[in-house]
Amino acid sequence: MERSFEQYFRQNRLPHLWCPGCGNGIVMKAIVQAIEKKGLDQDKTVIVSGIGCSSRASGYMDFDTLHTAHGRAIPFATGIKLANPELNVIVITGDGDCTAIGGNHFIHGCRRNVDLTVVLFNNSIYGMTGGQASPMTPTHKKATTAPYGAIDRNFDACRLAEAAGATYVARSTAFHVQHLTDMIAGGIDNKGFSFVEAICQCPTSYGRKNKMADPAKMMMWLRDNAVMKAAWDKLPDDKKTEEKFPIGLFYNESETDYATAYDEVIQIAGGADK
Amino acid sequence: MSSEITIKMPRCKGCGICVAFCPKEVLAVDELGKVQVVNAANCIACGQCELRCPDYAIFVDKKVEA
Repeated sequence: MERSFEQYFRQNRLPHLWCPGCGNGIVMKAIVQAIEKKGLDQDKTVIVSGIGCSSRASGYMDFDTLHTAHGRAIPFATGIKLANPELNVIVITGDGDCTAIGGNHFIHGCRRNVDLTVVLFNNSIYGMTGGQASPMTPTHKKATTAPYGAIDRNFDACRLAEAAGATYVARSTAFHVQHLTDMIAGGIDNKGFSFVEAICQCPTSYGRKNKMADPAKMMMWLRDNAVMKAAWDKLPDDKKTEEKFPIGLFYNESETDYATAYDEVIQIAGGADK
Repeated sequence: MSSEITIKMPRCKGCGICVAFCPKEVLAVDELGKVQVVNAANCIACGQCELRCPDYAIFVDKKVEA
């Protein structure tokens, strides 16, 4: 039986070009299922993406989509949201796109609390360009630019977003599909900057370098090392090893969003009546 | 329990995720690198394969008894 989420895909573009076993496809499905769950109008939803493997997703999704400059998805999305606050704007970005090239745009998007839902596909590597280490490659993990293991400490994008002022911060993985769908749906509900980190597997560029070339094994790694937030909070410190990470909703606070604040300025300046 | 497995062959890339997560060993990747149903009778329609298929190639429905 044909699934209802297929209506949100550009059928003539499928199958997608991601490698066999790539987690991006799973996250893309979670996004469209979250959109379906929230009943967003297809004509009033805009998908904005940057550059990278993850950002190819906008080309497969049947909405008004925008494939923008590297790292600049959030500024483009901010413009769309301010020009027409009625639209639901969802930003798709990757770990390198969001935290390296677009690092500044990301923190300032959070600070302004623009009403966007940002989904970061974290595959821990620059996949498209050949497996260079990204700011989210875990320390000691190998990449083509770190053949002996990365010495840099990696970003925790969720803590970064929270500190920068995002009002909804969550993390999930490609293994926990329903959970990921719920987290994205929660982000769509939140009026303000919503950030969802979706950890997914890259068997080709990251897996092969780190003895996890089998995509199913990588997903089992996600299953075994992701700990739900409630359980993570009770976990003794010695059990919080380098491999383990928490998933779930980390932060949700209500603050004035950017479009509302801007409307107030328009009122004060008297532009609304003219 | 009877189920109906639909596979969209042009979409399948043979990554083996569905095979690894099937609890009843219903699926296998054939020599052409595509998934195939080898043990349809064992399928319990849990939908684990469909849930995690990155290429939207496999769908499982519970067969409605007529």
